[in-house]
Amino acid sequence: MLMRDSIGDDVLLDVRDLETHFYGEESVTRALGGISFQVKKGETVGVVGESGCGKSVTALSILRLLPKLNAKTVGGEVRFQGRDLLQLSDREMRQIRGDQIAMIFQDPMTSLNPVYTVGRQIAEAVQIHTNASRSDAMAKAKEMLRLVRMADPERRVNSYPHEMSGGMRQRAMIAMALACSPELLIADEPTTALDVTIQAQILRLIVDLKERTGTAVMLITHDLGVVAETCQRVIVMYAGRIVEQATVTDLFARPAHPYTQGLMRSVPDRRRGRQRRLPEIPGIVPSLREPIVGCSFAPRCPFATGICSEQTPILHDVEPGHAAACWRAEEVVGA
Amino acid sequence: MILSAPVEYVPAGRLRIADLSRLAKRHPLVAVGGGLLALLIVLAFAAPLYAGDPLNMDPFARLQPPSAGVWFGSDNLGRDVFARTVFGARISLIVGLTSAAGAALGGLLIGIIAGYVRSFDNIIMRVMDALMSIPTILLAIALISLTGPGIAILIVAITIVQLPSVTRLVRSVALSVRERPYVEAAVCGGARLPKVLWRHILPSTIPALMVQCAIVCAEAILIEAGLSFLGIGVPPEIPSWGNMISSSRLYLSIAPLTVFAPGICLAVTVLAVNLLGDGLRDLFDPRAKRRR
Repeated sequence: MLMRDSIGDDVLLDVRDLETHFYGEESVTRALGGISFQVKKGETVGVVGESGCGKSVTALSILRLLPKLNAKTVGGEVRFQGRDLLQLSDREMRQIRGDQIAMIFQDPMTSLNPVYTVGRQIAEAVQIHTNASRSDAMAKAKEMLRLVRMADPERRVNSYPHEMSGGMRQRAMIAMALACSPELLIADEPTTALDVTIQAQILRLIVDLKERTGTAVMLITHDLGVVAETCQRVIVMYAGRIVEQATVTDLFARPAHPYTQGLMRSVPDRRRGRQRRLPEIPGIVPSLREPIVGCSFAPRCPFATGICSEQTPILHDVEPGHAAACWRAEEVVGA
Repeated sequence: MILSAPVEYVPAGRLRIADLSRLAKRHPLVAVGGGLLALLIVLAFAAPLYAGDPLNMDPFARLQPPSAGVWFGSDNLGRDVFARTVFGARISLIVGLTSAAGAALGGLLIGIIAGYVRSFDNIIMRVMDALMSIPTILLAIALISLTGPGIAILIVAITIVQLPSVTRLVRSVALSVRERPYVEAAVCGGARLPKVLWRHILPSTIPALMVQCAIVCAEAILIEAGLSFLGIGVPPEIPSWGNMISSSRLYLSIAPLTVFAPGICLAVTVLAVNLLGDGLRDLFDPRAKRRR
C-alpha cells in the first residue's frame, strides 16, 4: 500500500513509521505521528507544509539533533544506506553528520560563526571528516567557493561573514555542506531569509550542484513555487503526518488530498486574474498535545464525512506513485 | 547581487601607535584606566630601583613627617612609608591579577560546561550557589587556618570566592550562544563536543569575561586589603596596603600619611581597574560603538 514496492539499491534514505514526541511540563506533543517515506539516490524531494507541521522535526529526527532534554524519537526506523541511524552510537552518528548527510539552514545570517573567516569554517568542515592538512583544507575551501560560484573566491576565503551579503553567505553555507560530498543534503528552508532574486539564484545553484555531484536533496519549504521549480517528488505534511506523496507533475495536476488542494488555492495565480482575496483554509491546525481521533484535517475539510472523524486514513496509492491519506482521495482527485 | 565592495583591510596581530591613539580617542575610559594600571604595575615592579628598603626599622626616627629622605614620612617603627607603599603595590597587584586570572580561567571552564552540557548544569550551579553563600572572610579564615598565612593561600581563597560570579556569567552567555544556528550547524557537520565548546562557544564569552575580570580584579584587591587589615591576609612582615593601614591606624592623628598613603593608593588602583572594566564594556558593546 505504501510506496514500499521499490526498495532497491537506489534507495538512499528509507524512513519508516518515524514517531517523535516533545515532552512539556504536563503534556506530550506528538510532533511526528509515524511518517514513512523514501529518498532515492540523486533525487530531489520536497517536503511542504505549514509552520509546525513537522517538516523541520523530520530533518532533526533523521540527524538525531533534537534537543535531548525534552524531545525523543519514540518509534520507527531511519535506514540510511541500509543502516538504521536510530541505532548508531553517538560517535558513528557524528561521522555521518556532515560527511554523508549535510544540512543547510534557513538563516544564512546566523548560521556562520562571526569570529572565523568563511574559508576557515569550510576548511574545518573538511578537516573533521578527512585527514586533510590545514593548507589542503583551505585549498578545498577555495575550490568549494568556486563551485558555488562565489564572486572572487580567492579573496572571499579570507572574508568574515559580516563582510558578505545574505546570498553570499548562503552560498558559503552550501559550500560548507557540500565540502565532504554528502550523499544527502537536507536543506531546511534555504531561501526563506533571502530576497526573491537571490532565492532564484540559490535554488538554481542547488539544482545545478545536485546534478553535478549526484547528491540527493531533501528540500524543506513552505513555498509550493520552490517545489514546482526544483523537485522531482513532493511530500505534503500536515499535523505531524504525511498526507500526500507524489511526483511534482502529479501533485500539481491532480492533488489528491483536500489539504493540498487548499494549499494550492491559497497561492496567487496570475491566470485567475485580479482577486480580491485569496481563498483560505478555514479553521486552525489541531493541537498535537491531544491524541487526534480520525483524520487530523477533518474539522477543516470540505469533503469530510462520518468516517473521517472516527478512523485515521492510511496513506495509500490513489494512482501509481501517487499516495494520499484521505478516505475520499479518489473523489478528491477529480474535484 | 551586491558584488565585492573594497573592504578596508586591517592586518591582524600588529598593534601600531596609530591604532592605540585611535583607541584612546574613541574609548577614553580604556585609555585612562589601562594607562593608570600600566603605570602602577611598572612603578610597583621597578620599586627596588628607586625606593628604599621597606623593612628597615629606625627606632630613632619614628612617625617622622615627610622630608627629602622619607617622602611620605615614617611609621611607628620608623620604616619608610613611601618604600612600603610602593612595595605594597606589588602585593595588591599580584593578588588582584592572579586571583582574577584564576577565577576567570576556572569560571570559564566550569561555566561553559554548565551552559552547554545541560545535564551538568543543575549540579554545577547548585555548587556555585553553595559557594556564594559562604562569607568571604569566613572562607578565607578557614582556608588560612589550614596552611597558615601566605600569599598563595590568600590567592586561592579569593579565587574560590570569586568563582561563582564568573561561572554564572559565562554560563549565561553559553546558554544563549548554544542556540545560535552556527553552533547547530557545527554539530550538524559532525563536530565533537570539545571542538564545539572551544571554537564556537568560547569566543563569544570573551568580551563579557574580560569586563567581569576587571570587576573581579578590583574586588580581589579590596578583599586582600580587608583581610590583611584584619590580620588574616598577608603575613605582617610583608608590606601590604592592608597591613600598613592596620598597623598605623592608631597613629592617624599624629602621622596621617601612614594611613592615607596606602589608602589613597588602594583607591586609585581600584579606580583604575574599574575604569578599565567600564571602558571595556563600552568597547565590546556594539550598541555603544561608533558614537564619535
